[in-house]
Amino acid sequence: MTLLLEVKDLHVSYSARTGEVCPALAGVNFDLAPGEILGVLGESGSGKSTLAAALLRLLPSNGRIQKGSVLFEGKNLLAARPQELRKIRGARIGLILQEPSSSLHPTLPVGKQVSDVLAAHESLDRRALSEKVSQLFESIFAGDAERISRSYPHELSGGQRQRVLIAQAIACGPSLVVADEPTASLDPTKQQEILHLFRTFQKELGLAIILITHNPALLANLADRILILYAGRVAEIGPTANVLSSPRHPYTAALLRCLPPDFDESQSARKANLHSIPGDPPDLSLHEAGCQFEPRCIERMKACKCDEPAATEVSELHEVSCFKFAG
Amino acid sequence: MQPLLKVENLVKHYAAGRTAHSKDKLAALDGVSLSIPQKTTLALVGESGSGKSTLALCIACLEPPTSGNIWFEGIDVAALAENQQRILRPQIQLVFQDPASSLNPRWTALDIASEPFLVQRRFTKPDRAIRALQLLDRVAIPRKMASRRVDELSGGQKQRLAIARALALEPKLMILDEALSALDCSVQAQISNLLLELQSSLGMTYLFITHDFAMAAHLADQIAVMDRGRIVESGSAEKILSSPSHEVTRSLLAATPRFIETPNVLVNA
Repeated sequence: MTLLLEVKDLHVSYSARTGEVCPALAGVNFDLAPGEILGVLGESGSGKSTLAAALLRLLPSNGRIQKGSVLFEGKNLLAARPQELRKIRGARIGLILQEPSSSLHPTLPVGKQVSDVLAAHESLDRRALSEKVSQLFESIFAGDAERISRSYPHELSGGQRQRVLIAQAIACGPSLVVADEPTASLDPTKQQEILHLFRTFQKELGLAIILITHNPALLANLADRILILYAGRVAEIGPTANVLSSPRHPYTAALLRCLPPDFDESQSARKANLHSIPGDPPDLSLHEAGCQFEPRCIERMKACKCDEPAATEVSELHEVSCFKFAG
Repeated sequence: MQPLLKVENLVKHYAAGRTAHSKDKLAALDGVSLSIPQKTTLALVGESGSGKSTLALCIACLEPPTSGNIWFEGIDVAALAENQQRILRPQIQLVFQDPASSLNPRWTALDIASEPFLVQRRFTKPDRAIRALQLLDRVAIPRKMASRRVDELSGGQKQRLAIARALALEPKLMILDEALSALDCSVQAQISNLLLELQSSLGMTYLFITHDFAMAAHLADQIAVMDRGRIVESGSAEKILSSPSHEVTRSLLAATPRFIETPNVLVNA
């Protein structure tokens, strides 16, 4: 099967005003099949939002893609001209950000904001445009579509605003949606509704989704594969069940141990100390050699301090960057 | 034993109309009653807009309730005059969701930890610094970070600092308003361990406000579920988790993201 997206050896760095260069992504590799949901799991500072921005070349002005390639539908986005990019962003790749209130224009009705996205990419007359917008709203806000499309962002709840962003992202029938912490500001019940929408659109429209989050539990019933990002590197990538139930990288294992126990069996473990990972994530501006997780790793070996481990396949589709598994 | 905090039939109305003179009222709290025994944790769970934070503000004397009583160690807090509330306030401290916005980014960690002493006019200047350093030790912020500015601290260190500031005046009740929600899971684990440690060593009482049932289940002795300004169900954590009776509780429990199968790591560890 042909791949929808191939990211190879992606390096991104930010430069500080002092001239210091701080790497944010260092050699990220992964691919995505059409209709696949990839969960990107990482803690703050791991580079997960940089990854989302770099894929669409929307990095802030001090961010630079130093090397690598992003092949999307056979085209290298990193080499694409601005006018080519404009045809891809919003039309072929949708982007959903965390904070829906700052991604929407406060003084335009949300229906208009969705129709603007369509109008920018497709040549439709007014009637066809409003037809398409109302269809879209009907599929997302069944029953209440008319009222919501006339509403202003401040008249809507957080969950409704997030749905408007989803409407914008899928309006032009993209093949890929990149969602950066789309449910972080929502209640659990609203979170589940949004995830349900993602699942529906993946099934019905064959949409591929990159879902970026810091919450492992969100991905359990949603993602096909999970990518674990640590200090700008892919620590582990593999099928969801494998990564969550038998993580191979010491970081993934440590991260999952931090979660509170499932509450059916938690009666005895309640109020017991949770596992935590000693230390803090590395300061990437120091350019330390070796495995970035080495200082916090309970399974570190001699080699870890000197060299950086390469990705090794441990089972089908399951790759781990750790010397424990290096040939 | 008398509970540390007892809230009875608390009502809080906000004006809801388009103008200040409007007679429309929004009942943020619509007759809330709860009590927290000393050295225990009550988790208050509910969706946004259910009134959790309004309740926190009323208990901390930061919003006057419309009616009802808040008994703290047998004293009716809501009936106190402003200057008497000032004496009471150190006993009830708040920790908020986002430490980055509840701490002044340009202050040093030491400034933050010693500010409560300044506000309450306690101790001399050198004493304040010594006590602030002890507070940083207490929450495991390395001493070398004491002179760093808040914006140089990691997310976990910032939340530890917010807890250190809350501890400064030796409160009896700490209100944690979504204090773990914005943190990464490895940091959540560190902070929840710190909270448990403070509870067993200092006998701290917590009102733990959250929408995360998994964390509530882990930390709480009692759970109260709030919906539209009312407590719809409350009881021991075991009871609420094993046999939730209200629909709102059940839907919140069902929506809590969890693994279908327990990861092996939890067993192997």
